[in-house]
Amino acid sequence: MNDFEPVIIAFVCNWCTYTAADLAGTSRLMQPSNVRMIRMMCTGMVDPKYVIKALLEGADAVLISGCHPGDCHYINGNLKARRRVKLLKAILKRFAVDEHRIKMTWIGASEGIDFAAIVTGMVKEVKALGPNMLRRTMVI
Amino acid sequence: MSMTAESTIRENNAITSAQLLFRDMLLEGGITALLVAQHLPMKNTVMPTLITDPDELRAVDPFAPCYSMNTAKVVSKLTRKSLESPIAVVLRPCEIRAFVELVKLKQGCMDNLLVVGTECLGAYGNRDYPIFAGSEPMAATLRFYEKAQGGTTATVNGLEMAPACKACEHPVPENADLVIGVIGADMNGPASVTAKTEKGKALLEKIGREQSAQSSGREAALAKLMEERIAYRDKMFAETVEATSDLEKLMSYLGNCINCYNCRVACPVCYCRECVFTTDVFDHDPAQYLRWAKKKGVLKMPTDTVFYHITRMAHMSLACVGCGQCSNACPNGIHVMELFRTVADETQREFGYEAGRSISEDPPLSTFKENEFPEVTARTH
Repeated sequence: MNDFEPVIIAFVCNWCTYTAADLAGTSRLMQPSNVRMIRMMCTGMVDPKYVIKALLEGADAVLISGCHPGDCHYINGNLKARRRVKLLKAILKRFAVDEHRIKMTWIGASEGIDFAAIVTGMVKEVKALGPNMLRRTMVI
Repeated sequence: MSMTAESTIRENNAITSAQLLFRDMLLEGGITALLVAQHLPMKNTVMPTLITDPDELRAVDPFAPCYSMNTAKVVSKLTRKSLESPIAVVLRPCEIRAFVELVKLKQGCMDNLLVVGTECLGAYGNRDYPIFAGSEPMAATLRFYEKAQGGTTATVNGLEMAPACKACEHPVPENADLVIGVIGADMNGPASVTAKTEKGKALLEKIGREQSAQSSGREAALAKLMEERIAYRDKMFAETVEATSDLEKLMSYLGNCINCYNCRVACPVCYCRECVFTTDVFDHDPAQYLRWAKKKGVLKMPTDTVFYHITRMAHMSLACVGCGQCSNACPNGIHVMELFRTVADETQREFGYEAGRSISEDPPLSTFKENEFPEVTARTH
């Protein structure tokens, strides 16, 4: 499984984590290229069905990342997102979806180094988990 | 502090005693309309009816072991705006609990509403009930209670009660103003009526009902009932967990789903006014299906079945009261109630929430705290 390159779908907020990812890029920090980033205005608008769809379509993991508590551009969207992620993890755990396949983090706009480190760590973690079996199976 | 009133000698069984109670409520209790289940004259089934004329109570049977639908949806329609004059609604425990969830989701209102709860020993599925009831549905109701008092898995005429009812640990109504008692009672005598709130107490006083004790066998009968139901429920949880323990098994469980969405239509707590799965979002371009098919070489049609069910779980599992209307409505006999209840048990436990328990408890996704669930965002590296 050494040649397994995971696909990670990342839903990141415009104000913090997207800016941090941008900073990581402009700072030329090395990071793996497994992440497909989707910029949202806020993690509070990440509908659970986006995450479910990504995993059913064969994504190996989903990252949801927004501002630190207290820093949300919309005051508390990130804290609402945390409850939704908790619910999703509880549901998907029932169907043996490893909870490491759904990750939530807070990464502030100035934390480019953190972004690169978290992505690097996550890719390593997902590689250890192996591919999402739904990549090849027919999903009803 | 509850007050129990027993009906007078005019009544000869539990059903007629309830009819007389409702009649008094309409005539003297200041109740302008009553929502209660009755046997329809044109079809051998039981449906909720809204009654304003006290002479129209002859076919009313709040105990009929039939649950055509979860009446909470009807009460929601009646109370979308606050009621101008008092209305009473006669509901089963699962209907009250679903209505409590709808009130919290701002899809119902308790103002001017008097909730009469009936203790419930269960019901038959919609296909079985007409067979059970035969040509004398009222007599069938009384016969059902004689048998069902013996335990949850009792069969009458060889028919099994709905699995949701066998697994229900809420035979006694919560959040009701008045409770009509049948557990441990002799249905050939009058049913007991207990006031649980000030509103209920005031109504009983208004119609001049006196206090009396509840049936002596009630406690023992209730304990036995609960024991059987909890045992059935836990066995059901264990079997469903095993049957859906990974996504492949879940797909096999839901394999004959035809995306009719009946489970969503019948669900009292599926609260979206418009379900996203019936909007343009899922009205895919024909070319999209071909692109999907090309990806794996094969595409199951209609698409998005498991996607729909898991998304629905994310919407309703925290509000699921386990009424079983989803299974009642499934045309292909998929055991959806078992699946949704099992998932709901888990998600509600995660949030320390119980659907229908209390009107003052916020639904988990409508609120948040600043410091909670640190494990969700914990860094592992």
